This record gives sequence, structure tokens and C-alpha cells, in this order.
Amino acid sequence: MARIDVNHIRHSYLPNPRKDSDFALKEVHHTFEDGGAYALLGPSGCGKTTLLNIISGLLHPSHGQLLFNGRDITNLSTQERNIAQVFQFPVIYDTMTVYDNLAFPLRNRRVPEADVDRKVRETLDMIDLASLAKKKARGLTADQKQKISLGRGLVRSDVNAILFDEPLTVIDPHMKWVLRSQLKQLHRRFGYTMVYVTHDQTEALTFADRVVVMYDGEIVQIGTPAELFERPRHTFVGYFIGSPGMNVLPVALEGRTAKLGAQRIELPGVPQTVTGMAEDGAVELGIRPEYVRLGREGMAVQVSKVEDVGRHKVVRANLEGREIAAVIGEDEEVPAEPKVRFDPAGINIYADSWRVEMGA
Amino acid sequence: MDKTWNNKAWFLVLPVLVLVAFSAVIPLMTVVNYSVQDTFGNNVFFWAGTEWFEELLHSDRFWEAMVRNLIFSFIILAIEVPLGIFIALNMPKKGWGVPVCLVLMALPLLIPWNVVGTIWQVFGRNDIGLLGYYVNALGFNYNYVQDPFDAWVTVIIMDVWHWTSLVVLLCYAGLVSIPDAFYQAAKIDGASRWAVFRYIQLPKMQRVLLIAVLLRFMDSFMIYTEPFVVTGGGPGNSTTFLSIDLVKTALGQFDLGPAAAMSLVYFLIILLLSWVFYTVMTNYDAER
Repeated sequence: MARIDVNHIRHSYLPNPRKDSDFALKEVHHTFEDGGAYALLGPSGCGKTTLLNIISGLLHPSHGQLLFNGRDITNLSTQERNIAQVFQFPVIYDTMTVYDNLAFPLRNRRVPEADVDRKVRETLDMIDLASLAKKKARGLTADQKQKISLGRGLVRSDVNAILFDEPLTVIDPHMKWVLRSQLKQLHRRFGYTMVYVTHDQTEALTFADRVVVMYDGEIVQIGTPAELFERPRHTFVGYFIGSPGMNVLPVALEGRTAKLGAQRIELPGVPQTVTGMAEDGAVELGIRPEYVRLGREGMAVQVSKVEDVGRHKVVRANLEGREIAAVIGEDEEVPAEPKVRFDPAGINIYADSWRVEMGA
Repeated sequence: MDKTWNNKAWFLVLPVLVLVAFSAVIPLMTVVNYSVQDTFGNNVFFWAGTEWFEELLHSDRFWEAMVRNLIFSFIILAIEVPLGIFIALNMPKKGWGVPVCLVLMALPLLIPWNVVGTIWQVFGRNDIGLLGYYVNALGFNYNYVQDPFDAWVTVIIMDVWHWTSLVVLLCYAGLVSIPDAFYQAAKIDGASRWAVFRYIQLPKMQRVLLIAVLLRFMDSFMIYTEPFVVTGGGPGNSTTFLSIDLVKTALGQFDLGPAAAMSLVYFLIILLLSWVFYTVMTNYDAER
């Protein structure tokens, strides 16, 4: 197990990167603590797989350093780094049995056969495949194959970290839950450092203790699932996490109030002006649909659509020419003359897309 | 469970049946017809029964041609398959080298077979041929017209030159379809170059290799044009393969009955061997 320091790492796939936009990873500086379960969450092309491949050594970063337990391993090969990686599509050695698949990484490292046998049997129990040990790997289901990929990592007792690159993409929905909880269990029992790349917020939020949200080659926020939900640091995090995403409305600030068209919205505190922020810089108010109260008082809206998603309803409405979403209970009805109020607890203010702290 | 019978289907396959009948079944039947009759010309035929078949199976000439043909097929498979795999493994997977290599590889396949024969016939001549002249100049006594061994070497090199590309292209197609993740996982698992080949590349190429072996076997067992142009089956009978022998019998000597019997036996051998190949290799595939 290891603590992984990602030290000012930049990466470009071009030979001579000049502009910032030439970089797939703009600059990432972060520490993955020993034994932590992290999720790297972001849309396709945000650089999360690039970061993962840099950690595993499949890519060499253009700039910066990578440290395992304080030791610089930037120039070490994948094999020397001793990490395990599970890929999007199950990678198994078709012609081998399940047992031989797990023994493969050990035999490649010339581990004595007695130790191989002991380790493989332990691992088979861990991933719950002992009954299939003698079967050919190619005949198994996708989730069993993915477990074999994982097992080939777990079998090496000294792995520094286990990396997952969207491992549940090809797994049936009902098996996703099972596999994810088994992963959680393994993490709790053995305390591996795990980094899990995904673009699925549910996967990220249920798997990880800390979620690293990436956007356009940068880390925009690192936090617990609750922090990401309540206090998104960047409007992107607001959009990306939550279903539907956060409502973001352009406003003008005036002390403790925000003006949205003709409406005045009371804020929970006075937003601190950020130095260097232009007077007329884009100021936005973000509020999650869960904090928008639909009722008979507040600001008048025109409801355009009500989506019943089962446990609750999503109301799409028009407020001062802006599309907003609100979440109401399954048995609640939309009033005849609908109005909305914003719960102050859920209000965040953004300047140039970044969150502004609010004073008393 | 009752099967649903739909007789309209027969109507739909009828055009194919007619086509196959005219292109394959009817010509084949005329051959069957010849194989059981004898003639002294003037279009007068006598019933000969199994005479030609018995004669054929006791003919040294036939068995010698058969053995030569089997040895030839075995040698070219033993060279072309490993060589094809080796070249495919070393071909670039991306960049400008890909189209260049593919075109170079496809070139021999695009040349008409009799032209291939002519190219090598001239190339190997020791008076004006580039290869023949210089090999002799280097002190080797090379003459495919007189020496049976030299004739074999020439015919085999020619076939390797002509057909290895087919194996290469099939293997290459199998190789490029392997996702990168397999190589990355192998790196992480610490696999050696040999292990990557043995456990990733070879299993993924297996299906295309089966097709390559089958095609190369059938083609080499039926080889006619190229050796006919280069050596004409000689010197002596040293490169007379089954098909060359067959044409000599049928068109050189006009022994229609024996030639027809030989055609049928020849056809059945290829059918049988291909079927054995296919079953063995697909069974092997299924049990794993």
C-alpha cells in the first residue's frame, strides 16, 4: 500500500505543446492518501484516464513528478511500480483457466510454485471464484471476467494501489451493485489504496470516500459526496453531479440580496468580493432543484413540464425567462398559480464559475 | 416441438440450385460419366466399370505425384505460416508505414499466376536471370532446368514469395483487432514478450490462422500454373504434382477415362483433407 503524490503533473499527447489547450492534463497536484478509496469523476475527455495511466506508468507525464510513499517513481516502468489496473473491458487470458489467469502475474515474477498456489487460492476466495478455478476463463460472464482482472491485481500482496478505469461499463445493471459492494468490502477488509475512474456520478459517489471531480484537464473539486452536493466549488460540479443538475442563474449582487430580473432573492450571507473580480464579471446563483420550494408564495413561474421519475417529480419551469428545475414529492401537486422560493441553505454564489464564500 | 415447414423457401433457393447445377454438378457428372467408360475415339464409349479407378490406385505414377504434392504442401505451410506470423508481428500498427506495408504485401497477390511463373522462370535462369546468374557467379551450381533439387527450391521460394502475403494479411487483421488494454494488462502483469505472443496474440490470431492454413493447404495441393510455367513438371517428373499429372493424362495423352477417375479421386482427397483439417481445428477450438 502506498500514498501517491501527484506532483504538479502536466501531460500533453502532442510532441511540442505550446498553448494550455494542447495539454490533456493542465496541471494536477494532489495526494492520494494511503488506503483511501478515491473516485476520479468527470465527462469523457476530461483527462481522468490520462491521469490514471500516468499513475500506472502506461504514460510518462510531460512535466511533473509522481511519488509513491515519498519516493520518486516517475521514471519507473509499469511493472516496477507494482500497481494493479482493471480496464473498461475485461482483459483475461482466454486460453488459460481461471486459476492460471491469477497465477500468471506471479509466475511472470518467478514466485515459487508453492507460494503461487497459496496466494491464488486466497485470492480466489476473496473474489468468490473458488468454484470456477479449473474452468477456462473465456466461457465466463462479463462480471466474472472483470473479477478475474481484479484478482490478477489482488494476487500480488504488495501492490501499491489498485486502479480502475470505468470497470463496470460492460456489466449488467443489477450486477453493478453487487460488484461495487464487493469492491467496497475488499477495500474495508484489506485497506488497499483504490483509484476509480468513472463518468457515472452514482458509481463515484457510492464507491468513494473522496471524489475528485475533473473538468477540462483540471481538478475542479475534491470532496466527500455530501460536499460535492451541498457546496459545488465550480458550476460544472453543480451541473455534473445531481439529477437534474444545479440551476445556475445569472444575478446581480447588492449586499445580502441577489437580483434576478425583477426578483430579489435574500442570501444567507454577504458574498465576499473576490479581488480582481471585474465589477460586471459574470455572477451566478446556483441552487439545486432539491432546494427550490414550489408553493403559493415567492416568485411566479410558468410550469412547462412535470416529469414523474418514480420516487419524486421533477418540475421544469420558467423563472424570469430562465429554465429552472424543482424537485417535489411524489404526492405533491403543482399549485394553480405556482410560485417558487429558494431555501437559503442551498444557495451558492459563483463568480466566473467559481464559488464565492459568504460572510455573515 | 413441431417444426414450421415453409415450402416457399424452396422457391427462393431455386436460382442458386440451378446455378450450382450448371456450374458444378453437371460438369462433375460428365466427369463421373467419363470415369466409368472407355473410348477408342469417334465418340464411341464402352462401359469400363471400376477399371480406371483400380488402375489408378495401383499406379506408381499417381502415388509418386501424390507424395510429391503432400511434401510440397507440408514444406510451404511450414515456411509460410511461421514467416507470415513473424512478418505480421513486425508490421507497424499505425502511421505512414501501415499503407506502405499493406500495399507491398498485397502486390504479389495481385499478379496473375502465370505471370508469377514467368517472372520466376526468367529470374532463375542462369544465362539471363538475375537470381540464376548471380547465384552461379557466387560459385553455387544452380540450374533448375537440370537439377531436381534446384527445381524444388525454385518452386518453393516462388510459392513463398507469392503466398506468404496472404498469411501476413490475415494475421495482421487478427493482430490489429486486439484492444490496447490487453497489452497494458500484460505489462502490468509483468509478461515477457514471448508470454504476450503465446497468451494474447496467438489465441487472438487462431481463427484467422485456421483460415490461412486451410486456404494455403487447398491451394498448394491444387497448385498447377506456376510450376507448370517454370519447370513444366520437370526435370524428369521431379516437380510433377497431381494437377500437372492430371492435365498431362487428360490433354496430353487424351486418356479421358483414367483422367476422369483421377479427377474424382483428387477431388475427394482435397474434400476429405479439408474436412479433417477443419474439424480437428474447430474441435480444438471448441473444447478450450
